[in-house]
Amino acid sequence: MTAVSESPAVQGEGGKPLMTLDGVSQVFDTKAGPIRAVDQANLSINPGEVLCLVGESGSGKTTAARMAAGLTRPSGGQVTYDGQDIWSLKKNDFKDFRRSVQYVHQDPYASLNPTRTIQQTLTAPLLKHGVVKGKQAAAERAYELLTKVDLTPPENYLSKYPHQLSGGQRQRVAVARALTLDPKIIIADESTSMLDVSIRISVLAMLGRLRDDLGVGFLFITHDLAIAKYFGWRGRTAVMYLGRIVEFGPTPRIINAPTHPYTRALIDAIPEPDPDLTRTKNAESLRSLEIPSLAHLPSGCAFHPRCGQFEEGLCDGKVPQLVQIRPGQSAACHVVARDGADEPAA
Amino acid sequence: MTTTSPGAARATRGGSGKPLLSIRDFKVEYRTGSGTTVQAVRGVDLDLYPGESLALVGESGCGKTTFGLGLLRLLPRLGHASGQVTFNRGDGTEIDVLGLDGRDLRQFRWRDAAMVFQGAMNAFNPVLKIRGHMHDTMRAHTKATKQEIEERAAELLRLVRLEPERVMDSYPHELSGGMRQRVLIAMSLLLEPEVLILDEPTTALDILTQRSVVDVLHEVRERLGFSMIFISHDLSLAAELADRVATMYAGRIIETGGVRDMFYKPRHPYTLGLIKAVPPIVGDLPDLESIPGGPPSLANLPKGCAFHPRCKFATDECQEVDPPLIPITDEPGDAHDVACIHSDEVHLERRTAS
Repeated sequence: MTAVSESPAVQGEGGKPLMTLDGVSQVFDTKAGPIRAVDQANLSINPGEVLCLVGESGSGKTTAARMAAGLTRPSGGQVTYDGQDIWSLKKNDFKDFRRSVQYVHQDPYASLNPTRTIQQTLTAPLLKHGVVKGKQAAAERAYELLTKVDLTPPENYLSKYPHQLSGGQRQRVAVARALTLDPKIIIADESTSMLDVSIRISVLAMLGRLRDDLGVGFLFITHDLAIAKYFGWRGRTAVMYLGRIVEFGPTPRIINAPTHPYTRALIDAIPEPDPDLTRTKNAESLRSLEIPSLAHLPSGCAFHPRCGQFEEGLCDGKVPQLVQIRPGQSAACHVVARDGADEPAA
Repeated sequence: MTTTSPGAARATRGGSGKPLLSIRDFKVEYRTGSGTTVQAVRGVDLDLYPGESLALVGESGCGKTTFGLGLLRLLPRLGHASGQVTFNRGDGTEIDVLGLDGRDLRQFRWRDAAMVFQGAMNAFNPVLKIRGHMHDTMRAHTKATKQEIEERAAELLRLVRLEPERVMDSYPHELSGGMRQRVLIAMSLLLEPEVLILDEPTTALDILTQRSVVDVLHEVRERLGFSMIFISHDLSLAAELADRVATMYAGRIIETGGVRDMFYKPRHPYTLGLIKAVPPIVGDLPDLESIPGGPPSLANLPKGCAFHPRCKFATDECQEVDPPLIPITDEPGDAHDVACIHSDEVHLERRTAS
C-alpha cells in the first residue's frame, strides 16, 4: 500500500518559476586548495511554492541559499529572478530583487540589533526604502506586521528590545522584518532549529499561513527532514550531500519513498516519537561514519565510501548525474539509475 | 503556595529492588545579584534503579540541566542544593551525596557517577591531546600504571567505535563533533561508574552522527550495564533510549512512567503537548499542535499549577492548588505518576503508523 497522496500543488508546473539556480557552483579558494562548496546545482522556486533544501552540515545548503539571495556571486552558473540573470541587473533592478528576496537567519539572538527597539527594527527598512511616508505610517505598518506574525497585542512588543523577548518571539520579529518589504520569496535558513519543540511548530504554522495568505514562496533550509516534511509537504525537497543535489522530488515522495541510499540512510536514522516504532526501525548500515572533507572529495560518487550499496568500478568512477527515477523524482546514484527503485512496503 | 513533597512513599517508582540513586525533596536555589533567590529545582522525588535508563524531558528553562548538575554537586558557586540524595553503592554502602566533601566527593564523581556534557568541545582542554585527558582522569582517581591506562582507554575507545591509534594522539579540535562526543562517552566510562548522566548528548550533531552516538550508547549500556539519566528536549530520543521517562516543568517533575505509558497514554497535559509537537518522519502529514506561550520565569511562578496559564484543561481550581505527583496505577512495576487534577481527561489519540 502506498500511503502517498499526490497533492495538486506538488509539481507547480505550468507557471513560470520565479527564481532559478541554473548549474550554480561556488568554489572557495583556501590554503588547502579550491573547495567546491556547491557543485552545479539546479533548483527552481515557483511563486508561492515551498522548496526545501535538506542535508547535513557542510553539504552546501547555506552556500546555495546565499547565492539565491544574491549575497554571493556564484563561481559558475546563473541565478535568475523573474527570468533575468540577477548579476546582470541594473543597480535599481538589483535593489528591487534584493527587496523581493528576504533572508531569515538561524540565530534570532544574533540577527536582531540589540540597541534597537522592535519598532525601530521594523520601521527602519520601511522608511529607508520609502515603502511608507512618514513615521506615523511606518509605526502603523509595524503594528500590522507584528499582528501578522502573531505577536499580539503589538503594543506590548513595539517598545521592547530583543533581550526582553524569548527566542520564539525574536524569530517572529525577524520574520516580521523580512516581511516589511513585501517579499516574494523568503529564504529561511534553519530558522526554527534553535527553538524549543513546542514553539517550533507554532512558528512553522505562522510561516505556513504567510505562504498561504500572502503567496510568499519559500526556500526552506533545514537539517531536519521531519521539519521539511511538516513545512514542505505540498512542495518539493532537494537533498544535498557534499555540495551536490543527490535527490530531488515532491516532498511526500522524498519522505515516504526515497530512492538515493543517502536519503534513505538519513530517514532511517531519525528517531520517532513512538517507542515501539523507533525501536523496530531498521537503519540502513553505513560503511563509514566519517564525512569526507570537501577539500578531498572521494572519486566518483562522493557518498561511495559510506554507501551500503557501493559497487566497485561503478560508484568510484564517474560522478553520477541526477536522472529521473520516477515521474517528478530524480536521484544521482549509479545503482538506482541502473536497477530502478523498489516501491516501499507500507 | 509552596509545593508539598509527596514523600518517599509516593516517589516515582519503577524497576525493582533497591534503587541505585534515591532522590527526595531535591531542591536547587540560585542566589541572584539582587540578593534574592530563585528556585530552579523545586522538590524532586526520583528513584533510579540499577541498569535503568531514565529520560528527563522538557523545554529549555525547566531545570533539567540544573537538576543534573546538582546531583553531581557541580553547581556554580551561587547555586545551592538541598534535600536528600542517597547513592547505594554496589558493595552495600550508602552515600549521602549532598553531605560529601573533599576526597569523598572526588571519589563519588567519575567513580560512582559521571556526567557527559552538552557541547563536547567545551568539555575538553583544547591544548591537551585525548591521551592526556585519559591519563589525567585515571591518575586523579586511581593508581593505575601508564600501561593499564593505555589499555583501558584503548578498550573504551574501541567500544565507542573509534580507532585508539588515531584518536589518542589527536587534539580535541582535530576530531569531528560526533567523534568528540564519543570520546567523551568513553572517558566518562573510564572508572566504570554505576550512573551516567548525559546532558543533551546528541544535540547539535548531524542526523547520521546522532544515530551513531545513539547506537553506541545502546551498545555500551548493554555491555557495561550502567544506569543512566539522560537529559534531552528531544522526545524522539527519549522514545528510543529510555526505559522510563520523567517530564519536568518549572523545576518539578510533573509526570513519570514507563516509556510506553508515557508515549501512548500520557496523562499530564504538558507531556501530551510535548508529544503532539514532535513531527514524526513516518507516514502522512501529521496534525501537530504547539503549546501556547513559554515556560514561566522561575522567579515569578504562576499561582497554583505552574502550567495552568498554558493549559487547555485548566479550570479555576488549577489556579489555587499545585497538585502533588501521585500514582495513577496500582499495578506493581508499572508505575505511572502524574501531578494534575485533570489527568482523567487527558488522552492521546495516536494514529497508528502501520
